[in-house]
Amino acid sequence: MAARRPYVRPMAGWWRRNPFYIFYMLRESTAVFVALYALQLLYGLYMLSIGEAAFDTWLASLQHPLYLVFHTVALAAALLHAFTWFNVAPKAMPVLYLGTRRVADRTIVWVQFLFFFVISAAMIGLALGG
Amino acid sequence: MTQQEINIEVLRYNPEKDSEPSYETFQVPFSHETSVLQGLQFIKDQLDGSLTFRWSCRMEICGSCGMMINGVPHLTCSAFLRDYYPGKLRIEPLSHLPIERDLAVDQTDFLQKLESIQPYIIPKETRSLEDGPFKQTPAQRERFYQFSECINCLLCYAACPQYGLDSGFLGPAAMALLHRYNSDSRDAGQAERMPIVNAQEGVWGCTLVGYCSEVCPKGVDPASAVNRNKVSSTLDYFFRFMAPRGASE
Ligand code: SF4
Ligand code: FES
Repeated sequence: MAARRPYVRPMAGWWRRNPFYIFYMLRESTAVFVALYALQLLYGLYMLSIGEAAFDTWLASLQHPLYLVFHTVALAAALLHAFTWFNVAPKAMPVLYLGTRRVADRTIVWVQFLFFFVISAAMIGLALGG
Repeated sequence: MTQQEINIEVLRYNPEKDSEPSYETFQVPFSHETSVLQGLQFIKDQLDGSLTFRWSCRMEICGSCGMMINGVPHLTCSAFLRDYYPGKLRIEPLSHLPIERDLAVDQTDFLQKLESIQPYIIPKETRSLEDGPFKQTPAQRERFYQFSECINCLLCYAACPQYGLDSGFLGPAAMALLHRYNSDSRDAGQAERMPIVNAQEGVWGCTLVGYCSEVCPKGVDPASAVNRNKVSSTLDYFFRFMAPRGASE
């Protein structure tokens, strides 16, 4: 029998090999923006704890164009994160049954989007109306 | 019927001669019905008899003909040359698995993993012949049926970068089959299989890339098996943590 010498291929740069992996990396990287946004929000809370004047200065500082750019990017990242999560949620939860019928994955995805839009609309309405 | 020709670039590796794999291109005639596997068979029969690859059923049943076609894992018996024309094909052995020779990979690691999950029913009680068979309702069968469709083709392993980065990870198909037996109403082996699920290299090695379910030719959806078991692994941990000491013995 011929000698065996199995060849293991290198993994370097694996995520550039397939569009599916690139999108996966994009999805994972959204976490960075969400984390930065959360830190920034925590800082706002900290300013609030100091007093009204400090909080107002913080609020005013958010008007800076760089902040506006950051917020737009962070919003896009958070939406991508949420939407991709909605799409995989049926894979991560126990199978749901209505009576004896299995609830389709599609239905679970759409119900999440529905809740997302209804709640978002209500929140925006509250913020603008109030 | 007119015969066209297409270029097939094949990754070749001869363990006795080559220090690393390299590509070789063949020109292969094809018609509307020629599968990629038949293209390879043409090469082996007419151009170079030393080309090594696996196949058996030629009908998406045996799971032995999986290869990368232009970087995507496919069963070559159900992929057709016409779909790649006028471009060319680059055929490589399944990614993330060691190359044995040319297009044949070493499956040992998967086979050991498959064995480790005890892929058979561990009965709840011993039954004699007089007791008759275990009964199951269609609804009970429905809970595992999809996972039992797996043909061990390993396309999902070729799709999983986590397995490529750390082959200690149990991986998609083994987890799908583990889930298949754990979800069977006749089975009582869940406790025995749980340590495999809970291990760092069990479900927690998965970061939900999700490509395994995308490439699976049988609709098994291994990503769902893995991720549903993250839920059961968490519950298992939680209950063991909550239970009074010694209660789980
Ligand atoms: S889960 Fe699908 S892709 Fe993976 S080995 Fe089984 S049939 Fe093949
Ligand atoms: S040859 Fe059996 S699955 Fe392709």
